Amino acid sequence: MGKHGKKQETSTHIISALVLNNPGVLQRIAGLFSRRGYNISSITVGTTETPNMARMTIVVKGDDKILEQVVKQLNKLIEVIKVSDLDVNKCVKRELCLVKIHTPDESSKSQVIQYTNVFRGKIVDISHESLTVEITGSSDKIDAFIDLVRTFGIKEMARTGLTALMRGPKVLKSKK
Amino acid sequence: MKGAEAFIKALEYEGVRVIFGYPGGALLPFYDALYDSDLIHILTRHEQGAAHAADGYARASGKVGVCVGTSGPGATNLVTGVATAYADSSPVIAITGQVPTRLIGNDAFQEIDALGIFMPIVKHNFQIRRSKDIPATVRAAFEIAKTGRPGPVHIDLPKDVQEEEFDIESNPIPAKVDLPGYKPTLKGHPRQVKMAAKAIMAAERPVIIAGGGVNISNATEELLKLAELCGIPVCTTLMGKGSFPEDHPLSLGMVGMHGTKPANYAVSECDLLIAIGCRFSDRITGDVSSFAPYAKVIHIDIDPAEIGKNVDVDIPIVGDAKLVLRDIIACLLKICGTEGKGLNNQNREEWLRYLESLKRSNIPKMDYEDIPIKPQRIVKELMDVIQELKLKDKIIVTTDVGQNQMWMAHYFKVHLPRTFISSGGLGTMGFGLPAAIGAKIARPESKVVCVTGDGGFMMNIQELATIADYEIPVVICIFDNRTLGMVYQWQNLFYGGRQCNVTFGESPDFVKVAKGFGIEAQRVTDPKDIKEVLREALLSDEPYLIDFVIDPSEGLPMVPPGGKLKNIIEPVRVPPRERIPSFQEIKRKLLGEAREKGLSKDGPQEMGTPVERETY
Ligand SMILES: Cc1ncc(C[n+]2csc(CCOP(=O)(O)OP(=O)(O)O)c2C)c(N)n1
Ligand SMILES: [Mg+2]
Repeated sequence: MGKHGKKQETSTHIISALVLNNPGVLQRIAGLFSRRGYNISSITVGTTETPNMARMTIVVKGDDKILEQVVKQLNKLIEVIKVSDLDVNKCVKRELCLVKIHTPDESSKSQVIQYTNVFRGKIVDISHESLTVEITGSSDKIDAFIDLVRTFGIKEMARTGLTALMRGPKVLKSKK
Repeated sequence: MKGAEAFIKALEYEGVRVIFGYPGGALLPFYDALYDSDLIHILTRHEQGAAHAADGYARASGKVGVCVGTSGPGATNLVTGVATAYADSSPVIAITGQVPTRLIGNDAFQEIDALGIFMPIVKHNFQIRRSKDIPATVRAAFEIAKTGRPGPVHIDLPKDVQEEEFDIESNPIPAKVDLPGYKPTLKGHPRQVKMAAKAIMAAERPVIIAGGGVNISNATEELLKLAELCGIPVCTTLMGKGSFPEDHPLSLGMVGMHGTKPANYAVSECDLLIAIGCRFSDRITGDVSSFAPYAKVIHIDIDPAEIGKNVDVDIPIVGDAKLVLRDIIACLLKICGTEGKGLNNQNREEWLRYLESLKRSNIPKMDYEDIPIKPQRIVKELMDVIQELKLKDKIIVTTDVGQNQMWMAHYFKVHLPRTFISSGGLGTMGFGLPAAIGAKIARPESKVVCVTGDGGFMMNIQELATIADYEIPVVICIFDNRTLGMVYQWQNLFYGGRQCNVTFGESPDFVKVAKGFGIEAQRVTDPKDIKEVLREALLSDEPYLIDFVIDPSEGLPMVPPGGKLKNIIEPVRVPPRERIPSFQEIKRKLLGEAREKGLSKDGPQEMGTPVERETY
């Protein structure tokens, strides 16, 4: 019959969670994801407007059923105040990336500076052999930039992972 | 006042009377504070025993059970017990000592990351770093453990926090704790309740699966009312045993892998499945995709994460089983008038007749005369003796894990909630004996019988000393097949009878062992003697062990894992034939191999000696 447990399509979701900023809370959440076999693409944590609360933005891949479970299981954690599966089209998303690019000569330097300007990035460090660029924006934009400068040689790179907020006046508040 | 004293006060404030534990260095201040307190402390012989006893106490009473272990090994010894409680939603507080805060992170003596180890097996856990946090933390721990979907909560208590001076005046125990991220839903959504009521009215072939949640929320009265009002047959899960009287005409017994035929058939053929406080584990559903294929599913559970997790649900209702059932009943009566006329739907008669005939044609044979004894016969005699001695509303049974557990689950009829105590979710061997201690202490006027296998019994056999020292009158029935029976059954059914490491030898003599602990004991080999010995044990009011020598080739009907519920297969009865090699044989074999490889020395090898590997 195949009534229960049918396969569904997977897609990327952005989970935003307000959590109590207690020691161990990150471990609790990371542990939940690994134990239940949910795939995290990225996770960011930082402080919020409320002193004892942190916001976590977690990018996960999965079908609707898995996402429903992720949200419910997160909600079960005592230190999680509020969880939302953000509508990808109705939120602002940003990621920051630092890239150290191999630029041994003037021509490569000037080319990279040009690209950086087009992408509205910033040169944040410079040496004889390298330029370090800061790029902020959507993950797609960062991917595109990295693709572009790859030919010069990327010496090192650090991406923060995605962070996001809902558009408009709506906020994630503790309703519990 | 010191932190430890404040901690004990906080426990007393929660109504704790008994704790089960084992002391150690990191708990010295705690036990020192206990010296002056009125709390009853039961010293078990292993921390695992303490955790299971606290769990058994909680399951038998509905109150929170408390266990304590020292830092490091004490904490790790508690782990199995706490995980067992977690899997079955049992409210237990586990307290662990911890090294002083200034040493945390330094790999100090008996230091372990208890917070990290317990995290995935508790509802929540805390490490108290200042004594001023003790009152609020203990309050929060109890609140979390016993409300919503109950579960264990762990508190890690560093030694210096226990010793720190503490001012109760400026840190009184708060009446309420603020848990902004915790608010269980108790009342079902009225719209969902109404939809459920309508579906119940419309159904022609309804069936109820009652899970552990019905026992936990004390909803047995409401369940009985709903079933009788509408003529709905009821089956239970292992954890749900006792939530519906199993001698009731509407009872179908247990459903699932070791379920009864009527229960498994009812679920497979119903058009409405009302699941209450159960989580549709794989032991219940078998192959999920063919589970209850014709049914509309109503799922009532206090934990929203359980709804839709394993089985797709048509009418989800998040809430406490008791409150939701009340609302559904009220809704039904509103539709049909107070007499509930028309609820006992005419169209259901055929369904009930069908199930009745299934029940009649599947009355299990239990009155075997065989020697060695068949386990079914023991279960029958136990039920008869309970009847004869009028112990029906006094008896509490704990089981271990394996065939012994499933023989009891399948054949033993339970009448009252919280009187069948068994490790379901985790299936922890060694649970039965310490759980019996906890149950007896929780309900001293009850008669507690622990049914256990020879294997599981030996996993916490040391608790016989606890039973003997405190003179706790529990009756221990070993279903002694000298076999890891359940594994043996699976090897015979699914691995072509290749019995591998499932056989025990003659050792030990359980009667002598019990007597060595100072416990009265008898061996029973003839079915004719079962009743007499059970009677004596139940009347003795002293600890009593009965070693029932049973037929090792006896098995249980079962649904193969992941199979369809209607596909119940019979066990194959092959005698155990595994031979246990002696040490001398093992030695010859090992030395022979070493000689062949030119290694004549039988001693420690130097570190880093390469291992010779054959290439394939
Ligand atoms: C701690 C633990 N280890 C292993 C198992 C796997 N296991 C399940 S049943 C069983 C056999 C139990 O043997 P026994 O206690 O003699 O009971 P029987 O099945 O013979 O009644 C085993 C090994 C388990 N459930 N728990
Ligand atoms: Mg056995």
